[in-house]
Amino acid sequence: MGALPNRAGRAPVAWDCYRLWLAAWLCLVFAPPVAAQGLQPIPKLESRVTDLTGTLTAGEQAELEQKLSAFEARKGAQLAVLVVATTQPEAIEQYAIRVAEAWKLGRAKPDDGVLLLLAKDDRTVRIEVGYGLEGALNDATANRIIDETMIPLFKQGQYAAGLNAGAAQVMQVVDGEALPPPDAHWNGKSGGLWNALPLLFMAFIVASSILRAIFGRVGGATATAGLLGVVAWLFSQLLFAALGVAALAFVLSLVFGLRGSGWSSGGRSGGFGGGGFGGGGFGGGGFGGGGGGFGGGGASGRW
Amino acid sequence: MQAIRIMIGVAVVALLSGCGYNRIQTQDESVKAAWSEVVNQYQRRADLVPNLVNTVKGYAAQEKSVLLGVTEARAKVGTIQATPELINDAAAFKKFQAAQGELSSALKSLIAVSENYPQLKSDQNFRDLQAQLEGTENRITVARNRYIQAVQDYNVTIRSFPSNLTAMIFKYQTKPNFAVENEAAIARPPTVDFSGAPAPASNPAGQ
Repeated sequence: MGALPNRAGRAPVAWDCYRLWLAAWLCLVFAPPVAAQGLQPIPKLESRVTDLTGTLTAGEQAELEQKLSAFEARKGAQLAVLVVATTQPEAIEQYAIRVAEAWKLGRAKPDDGVLLLLAKDDRTVRIEVGYGLEGALNDATANRIIDETMIPLFKQGQYAAGLNAGAAQVMQVVDGEALPPPDAHWNGKSGGLWNALPLLFMAFIVASSILRAIFGRVGGATATAGLLGVVAWLFSQLLFAALGVAALAFVLSLVFGLRGSGWSSGGRSGGFGGGGFGGGGFGGGGFGGGGGGFGGGGASGRW
Repeated sequence: MQAIRIMIGVAVVALLSGCGYNRIQTQDESVKAAWSEVVNQYQRRADLVPNLVNTVKGYAAQEKSVLLGVTEARAKVGTIQATPELINDAAAFKKFQAAQGELSSALKSLIAVSENYPQLKSDQNFRDLQAQLEGTENRITVARNRYIQAVQDYNVTIRSFPSNLTAMIFKYQTKPNFAVENEAAIARPPTVDFSGAPAPASNPAGQ
């Protein structure tokens, strides 16, 4: 609906919108489900070494896994290995970026993940490099690791040796890069709180006004603080963050209570950006990616 | 009195966000960010070209037409300012695309030609550059895909009810996206030509 007709056209516009809305619903209801047809599925990330082809023996897998996890504990960067039979119909690059996006290897802020992908039957291999490591492990370096170290071994059918050697070189290169130290709490746990902040703010406004009406100024502020503290704790799972939120809520609630009409300005400024709950930082137990980003950097090789 | 004011304030905020105003803002920003990434990667590719041309020239100076083609396409790309406003201007967007597509096909023929020079192919510098070029082409593909996704989300918001009303009031319009045939051409791996003749651009229309 191009130009907006003025005044007289209002009702038709509304009607138009209604029809559009109806049409959209009809489309939604009757549209055939568009499935990603025939693409290779992405395996679940359960360990650092995922072999879907049975190429590696259990011992080799455990050995490589142990090396990778030791590296991760020491350096913080996350390196994972995936062996698939084929990536067809996609090119290895396209499949690799899908896996990298799904697995989110590496920590969120330094984006220090690396994926080593071997498509055995396609005879292709790729090193997919996270944003943060593109400087150290640049395309040329990744290409050399593939060309000079991995492919000669793969040509002889020594897949385990090739993957081990490739991973060792990647680790060596990444070791030369300055990265934030590994930290158990790093995996973006506080991200949950940041995402919840707008909601907390709204909750604060509403809860504070209601509770103050019920309990009076100080009582209301205390109740608000307690409530928000609990909510913050639920979101962030960090006690000190929750205490901070509670203290802030208490002070703000008191201050706003004193200022009386200052309320409307508090309410008006609510700058919460639409639905920010997406980036889950709720990790929990088990092994998983830390939320690292990938942009298609790295190199592929064929033999 | 005060309570009423609060309620009105909350209602206005809720109404605005309910009408998709905030969603439009968020998605508009993510389109911009995705576009910056696209431009960034195209720039990265353009920066690689002089080095690449020089290296190839050292071994295959007789391939004048191919080398010239790349240099000219590179120069043309450089003349187009990829400002953020570009994404709101369908014609300029198309022009930008055409120039980048031309460079893509010129580079493809350069790589194809280089297959005929074993010495060039074994030059470590050339191999590094080629790896960088491949990596950058891949980054471009990824960045374009993300841009396509971001624009799609944005356009859906702009055109669906009730956020389309908000979009009309605030004069937000749909943004142009990458053409599909173009996407297919870029996603295709470079062809290797064994006949000896430089491979002509196989898709004159799309690029």
